[in-house]
Amino acid sequence: MTSILTNLFDGVAYGMLLFVLACGLAVTLGLMNFVNLAHGAFAMAGGYVCMVLVNRMGWPFFAALPLAFVSSAAIGIVLERTLYRHLYTRSHLDQVLFTIGLTFMSVAAVDYIQGSSRVFINLPAALQGQFDVFGVGIGRYRLMIIVICGLLTIGLQMVLAKTRFGSRLRAAVDDPRAASGLGINVPQVFAFTFAFGCGLAGLGGALSAEVLGLDPYFPLKFMIYFLIVVTVGGSSSITGPFLASLLLGIGDVAGKYYVPKMGPFVIYTMMIVILIWRPNGLFGRTAAR
Amino acid sequence: MFERKQFSWAAMAAIAGLAAVAPVKAEDTVKVGLILPMTGGQASTGKQIENAIKLYMQQKGDTVAGKKIEIILKDDAAIPDKTKTAAQELIVNDKVSFIAGFGVTPAALAAAPLATQAKIPEVVMAAGTSIITERSPYIVRTSFTLAQSSTIIGDWAVKNGIKKVATLTSDYAPGNDALNFFKEHFTAGGGEVVEEVKTPLANPDFAPFLQRMKDAKPDAIFVFVPAGQGGNFMKQYAERGLDKAGIKVIGPGDVTDDDLLNNMGDAVLGTVTAHLYSAAHPSQMNKDFVAAYKKAYGNRPGFMAVSGYDGIHLIYEALKKTGGDTDGTKLVEAMKGQKWESPRGPISIDPETRDIVQNIYIRKVEKVDGELYNVEFATFEAVKDLGKTKK
Repeated sequence: MTSILTNLFDGVAYGMLLFVLACGLAVTLGLMNFVNLAHGAFAMAGGYVCMVLVNRMGWPFFAALPLAFVSSAAIGIVLERTLYRHLYTRSHLDQVLFTIGLTFMSVAAVDYIQGSSRVFINLPAALQGQFDVFGVGIGRYRLMIIVICGLLTIGLQMVLAKTRFGSRLRAAVDDPRAASGLGINVPQVFAFTFAFGCGLAGLGGALSAEVLGLDPYFPLKFMIYFLIVVTVGGSSSITGPFLASLLLGIGDVAGKYYVPKMGPFVIYTMMIVILIWRPNGLFGRTAAR
Repeated sequence: MFERKQFSWAAMAAIAGLAAVAPVKAEDTVKVGLILPMTGGQASTGKQIENAIKLYMQQKGDTVAGKKIEIILKDDAAIPDKTKTAAQELIVNDKVSFIAGFGVTPAALAAAPLATQAKIPEVVMAAGTSIITERSPYIVRTSFTLAQSSTIIGDWAVKNGIKKVATLTSDYAPGNDALNFFKEHFTAGGGEVVEEVKTPLANPDFAPFLQRMKDAKPDAIFVFVPAGQGGNFMKQYAERGLDKAGIKVIGPGDVTDDDLLNNMGDAVLGTVTAHLYSAAHPSQMNKDFVAAYKKAYGNRPGFMAVSGYDGIHLIYEALKKTGGDTDGTKLVEAMKGQKWESPRGPISIDPETRDIVQNIYIRKVEKVDGELYNVEFATFEAVKDLGKTKK
């Protein structure tokens, strides 16, 4: 029984991590209709920024996390203004080719600057190890992931549903022409949203170094996971990818624990079954806009 | 304007100077085609080997038996198709006398038929499955086989009070080699494998697998993961409290590769592995080697670096023996039975299998001068590859 709960806990933490990593992609893909396969590169950037700050400059881990967010968001906003915005109106194929090229460039650049060895972020002692709650092993680091990602999710949902910016964004997405007619600065809204998504990826990258490992091939290795989350969750809301991340995280951990021989295929099987049942994802829109 | 002109004169003078020095007659150069993963997940292997070869050539000079040695490096990213193309180009266009390197087993195998066809030596400096040297009479290996270390840790474990073991190995050829050879020796000695998990190669999160290990309550976990993943494994092992639950880690030495060991944290202390090389190997030759490597590249050499260092040494010695003759068959003959002192200890090339014969050391991770090292405490001398003798 306790091992079921330990697995559930691990699965939730893994799912939350997937969500923070992938939700920026859900935003660009779903809300902005832009296929950004370079999403993982922003996550990697955040991870490396955090590593350099903590390991080389002696920053505390918790102070480095916001900077991982800010730096990835900054890179995002620069690239959005200089490169990405020219591709908004182009075909999805152009977007895919462009962003996959960007991914390869980021891999080569990080490999050149930092070397290809896997890096680890020095964690404070308070985040290491496990403690027991009624026999259930709770990893301190994973608990922190759940807390941070949980708060982020709630905050994100509030911003999108309740604030002025959220309604502007939704308006800009649904009908950019009408929205700009109403005085909404559509390019600015998009740029900000894109940067925010990149920032989230950066934070996710910093958090994931401990669990998933961080090396220059990060964007390529995890691209498939990001895409699965978005495909299964549907890309029209935040709730979809969130539930999909949890489902996949728990499913992946449980699969590897209970049927280790099948391990890596559980997540793909789940994706296929869900897509047969709901081709647009769990919360996809049924009609194209 | 004036400055620019001056510069161009200087440049032209330099080019003229180079032109006067550069043309070594083609027959005076021996080309070595080096195929390594310099990008991709195995890049650290490629870099260590390249570094070690450069170091060796700086130390020993680049002329042997009156011939100048030229290294032509190609990156195959550990993808066998690319290895094959690279080997073809090197053999056909560059007319190399050796192909060398090979980060992973499939890469070494992909080049094997080409070495046979072209009749040139293929010096394997990294890949570690037993079958490799059987695929071509021109293959010679200076790295290791997983059978060498896995059988010895199996024997050692069962004699040292470890009765129940759970295994965690990466699901690919070397992982399966490590698992099978370990299991055979461990169970033959009376040990019991209580849990067997194969992890996918591209799987970095060991959490669920480790939880399964913890619940199985073994005396120790036998681990083989590719060198790069060792750090992740050990960190998550500690995070999950397996060290506190009294479950030890044993295995072939890849999991505590010197390359990464020092960053793994104290949880790795006490891990016992069997392997061919430790940066802490207490010989003068190794101390000099580690110091020179550290000075040149800023970090410790791992076992891949030593395999590369010995690989280029073997090439040099073969050329010395043939007097600079680059006939491939003669070179392979010259390599058979070579014996020398390596930073890892005494080694030789088995004349029958063309595979390496070397000492395997049992080591324990300890803190020496504030750094983590694999400290050797038992030696099994002149271990042959057991994977072949059975057939």
